[in-house]
Amino acid sequence: MSQPVISVAGLSKRYYLTHQERSDTLRDTLSQGIRGLVRRFAPTGAVAPEGEEFWALRDVSFHVHPGDVVGIIGRNGAGKSTLLKILSRITEPTTGRVSIRGRVASLLEVGTGFHPELSGRDNIYLNGAILGMSRQEIRRKFDEIVAFAEVERFLDTQVKHYSSGMYVRLAFAVAAHLEPEILIVDEVLAVGDAQFQKKCLGKMGEVTRESGRTILFVSHNLDAVNTICNTGLLMEGGRIKAQGDIAEISAHYLAPALRHRSSFAHQSERPCIVQVELDEAALARRTLVVRIRFSSPFPLDTPTGGMVLASQEGRVLFGTNMRLRPPGETAPAREGECCLEVPNLPLQAGVYSISVWLGDSQRDFDSQADALSFALPIIPNSPPAGGAHINWPLDLACQWHLSAIRS
Amino acid sequence: MVNQDTPELVLEAGRANRHYWADLWRFRELLGFLAWRDIKVRYKQTTLGVLWVLIQPAITLAVFTFIFGRLAGMPSGKAPYPLLVLCGLLPWQLFSAAFSNASGSLVANTHLISKVYFPRLIVPLSSVAVALIDFAVVLVLLAAMFAWWQFVPDWRIIFLPLFVILALLTAIGTGLWLTALTVKYRDFRFVVPFLLQVGLFLSPVGFSSTNLPTWRALYSFNPMVGAIDGFRWCLLRGEPPLAPLNLTISVGMALLLLTSGLWYFRRTERTFADII
Repeated sequence: MSQPVISVAGLSKRYYLTHQERSDTLRDTLSQGIRGLVRRFAPTGAVAPEGEEFWALRDVSFHVHPGDVVGIIGRNGAGKSTLLKILSRITEPTTGRVSIRGRVASLLEVGTGFHPELSGRDNIYLNGAILGMSRQEIRRKFDEIVAFAEVERFLDTQVKHYSSGMYVRLAFAVAAHLEPEILIVDEVLAVGDAQFQKKCLGKMGEVTRESGRTILFVSHNLDAVNTICNTGLLMEGGRIKAQGDIAEISAHYLAPALRHRSSFAHQSERPCIVQVELDEAALARRTLVVRIRFSSPFPLDTPTGGMVLASQEGRVLFGTNMRLRPPGETAPAREGECCLEVPNLPLQAGVYSISVWLGDSQRDFDSQADALSFALPIIPNSPPAGGAHINWPLDLACQWHLSAIRS
Repeated sequence: MVNQDTPELVLEAGRANRHYWADLWRFRELLGFLAWRDIKVRYKQTTLGVLWVLIQPAITLAVFTFIFGRLAGMPSGKAPYPLLVLCGLLPWQLFSAAFSNASGSLVANTHLISKVYFPRLIVPLSSVAVALIDFAVVLVLLAAMFAWWQFVPDWRIIFLPLFVILALLTAIGTGLWLTALTVKYRDFRFVVPFLLQVGLFLSPVGFSSTNLPTWRALYSFNPMVGAIDGFRWCLLRGEPPLAPLNLTISVGMALLLLTSGLWYFRRTERTFADII
């Protein structure tokens, strides 16, 4: 294995949370200093802490090898941004050691240093210089940046008159043309429209493939992380919880969010759903079995269940109910269970959610949005994706045939 | 891709950055860009634009000439009184602009400091560069005034850059102290205008320091006294003559301010992003 470009060992970062509002005026320091002196000569000698300690990072160690594209995932407050701030040399670690080989550029925010009063042209130069490009380098890439941002017509307009979309596009275009050996990117793709996000991801992917650049990438968009990263780092409460292959890491991250069973409060006055459950054993065979338990204050003549399957992003993929596909027989019931079975689930690996509904032949009684969520793992020993990025949810059973017309 | 000769960068708590001055050199273009930004932005949506650089000293000049020359009747030696005042005003304005720009510079660039790495020294230095450019513009006023009074400086004018540097070093030294302190204690924002006001009275801007013969050595502990005396010596044909002891005191004070300012700035720089 080649030498790591980034080695992090035992890294910790402590902040002090101050609870008073004006803790950092000179007066407070002076008065604290005097109190400190008094205390030193006082018999008790107990020293009160400056404020509550808060460890944003705790004993973090990892290595990054050249060409790795590392996705750093975790909930808010997990320490991702603090880690990136230390690696970009903005702040200093409290303990631990980082060693970096190679030129680093970091993008912790889109459009750092943009000045609203300056024109788009001026801001390209300014922002480029702030991100560490030389004047020559910017001049060389200027046309490319402008074309990427699609702002040709407004190049000499002050940025304060830009729409927010144009602003973000211009800012990202500058950053996308950086050529460091190590690129550090914080949650910056959250802004901008979907199409532009895709373009930026494409650009980043292209850059890594072509030049073998090392990238550290924080995002809450797991799709994006899965697309461009090959390894992952899962952080929780300032520590590293798991590291390794990105698919495993993102599955690990999602695991606690999965719900295979949900219960709901009984309601005495109207029919309602009391429990929804997913059959885990069946799911392992790629068969979806959903059981909807209901209860009602009066017997339901034709209890009717329904469900909707949606992708993680909330796109509805499939829906069915017992009005559309009536079961073989119905019997009046105060309590009961509607069971749905979908064999050979034609879906790609990913996370999906299920919403359920209860009614009878005419009326709607109850519904529970996103009552369940489940993950479909990648089928072991499945053929590799062949370099194609899978961004569609369906995986229909299908077969290709080839017939040669001329050989 | 990663060449083995790339120096290894080590980040540790309290570790001095060995490449600091090399980094400062590498980011010299950024210094220029930041100064360029400040100049370009400053006169947006103003009608008089760059004329403002000239209007302020012109009015101050008129007021000082009237008060010290006419009302107080102070002597001006060979040169006309307005030229004496102008030669004091110029270095003072250079100092005061550089000092106040530098003092506010870090807080004004909070968004950069919390999001990007570069040697923080770039920020106050670029704001001093802005003041230097203003100074260059005001030199035009100086030339016009000398032409109007038909007063031609002699060979001593070649030493003028040295005294410009003295004023700049003083401004950088004090500016570094104040800007680093302001990051933690915003109180110092209120101290800056006050210091400038007191400093104006403690510097021989409106009169010649030879009016205070007994106090002159003590007076020279204000480095701007040395700078202003030097300006007059260079531009007004050696009048008043330079006092070597006083000049040494002024230069010494300026260097002391500079080194201590640098020391404090470098010591606190590492925590700027956490507390700004």
